[in-house]
Amino acid sequence: MDKWECPCGYVYDPEEGDMDNGIEPGTAWEDLPESWVCPLCGAEQEYFEKMD
Amino acid sequence: MYKPITLADGIYSVGCRDWDIRDFHGYYINEGTSYNAFLVTGEKNILIDTVKSNFADELLDNISRIIDPKKIDAVISNHTEMDHSGALTRIMHKIGEDKPLYCSKMGAKNLKSHFKHEYNFQAVGSGDTLTIGNRTFSFLETRMLHWPDSMFTYMPDEKILFSSDAFGQHYAGDKFFDDEIGDEIMPHARKYYANILLHFSPRVQTLLADVAKMNLDIRMICPDHGIIWRKDPSKIITAYDQWSRQEPAKKAVVIFDSMWKSTTKMARAVTSGIESENIGVRLMNTRKWHRSDIMTAVMESGAVAVGSPTLNNGIFPVIADVMTYVKGLRPQNKLAAAFGSYGWSGEAVKILNKEFEEMKWEIVDDGVKVLYVPGASDLERCFDLGACLAGKLKEKLSA
Repeated sequence: MDKWECPCGYVYDPEEGDMDNGIEPGTAWEDLPESWVCPLCGAEQEYFEKMD
Repeated sequence: MYKPITLADGIYSVGCRDWDIRDFHGYYINEGTSYNAFLVTGEKNILIDTVKSNFADELLDNISRIIDPKKIDAVISNHTEMDHSGALTRIMHKIGEDKPLYCSKMGAKNLKSHFKHEYNFQAVGSGDTLTIGNRTFSFLETRMLHWPDSMFTYMPDEKILFSSDAFGQHYAGDKFFDDEIGDEIMPHARKYYANILLHFSPRVQTLLADVAKMNLDIRMICPDHGIIWRKDPSKIITAYDQWSRQEPAKKAVVIFDSMWKSTTKMARAVTSGIESENIGVRLMNTRKWHRSDIMTAVMESGAVAVGSPTLNNGIFPVIADVMTYVKGLRPQNKLAAAFGSYGWSGEAVKILNKEFEEMKWEIVDDGVKVLYVPGASDLERCFDLGACLAGKLKEKLSA
């Protein structure tokens, strides 16, 4: 599963999820709810870039 | 130019005071500010942070009073923003562009895209320790406090924390240390927190917990703006803990603008209603108060009432300015109410309620809108709105 990076440097890693905000480990980027934003800076998903 | 200030043996504050600045990217500064930079001398010489570009000559003059600036061996950049990196090109040119420039990973990325230039970037991360000559530094990345690149530099032997923008204040004066100025500095520190850091309060809580876990012995905190905390650094840490909790306070603020004094009359009635419940309240006219002062009052208040006339089916532009600014800084845990006079359609109250909702503020009442000039019964409704807001705040505080 792909990791996605926020312009602020935060990396969304599907293996870890984002438990603080109710995202279970194993949640793919595509399956994140629309309301999920960067837990670090608040940027919306459209600003993230897929990591190589 | 000021005489370099000695912080510890061989460690100096060499920055500059900007006496003239009033508008700091939309934040009103009534007493100027300072851009602090620090020179660590010894077997090797290290400069921590620089100043705004137009103060580069003054920074070089200040350094020259201690050492020849060409003898600087390395630079540490805690933060990319231009008030701290502006003089970096001049400094690097002076000392030699091959000299190491230590910064966070995001700092290297940001400085590179900022200056469109490759310096000898040496990325450091949290927990890394660096020894240069007889001086040791350790680093703590503080991402989003308040930029992705922000970091702290700590000198474990001297127990000095160079905290970048955190713990700073926009203040320029004849005092340089907390023990010289006393409590007079706190309103500046509070306004700085409200306008620069409030947005990142959850990160401040995490950072304070991390610092506590690391058991750092901090004898002195050197921020990049304002005075240095040397007598009691715990004072500003405690204040940050309190501000970042965003607990509701027993205070209210009424923010308003008016076209023909109708919303002004309503604002006064709302204020009286709040006071009738023995809650302290400030009445702030957005044409008299700067958005950055209003922001500080919002941070300090548990209840916020906003009044706006309806202009061309929208909220009044000055109120829109203030609301956009306040919203961006994400104040939490507020009770809210809206009011306003109108001439034909009266959308302002509805729009304000929507703004409150988006900020997750608790709306205590649908609000009061009045066609044309408020009469006695309308003003009574405004008074009741204020009393209701204050009453709910009291309930919340006693819960």
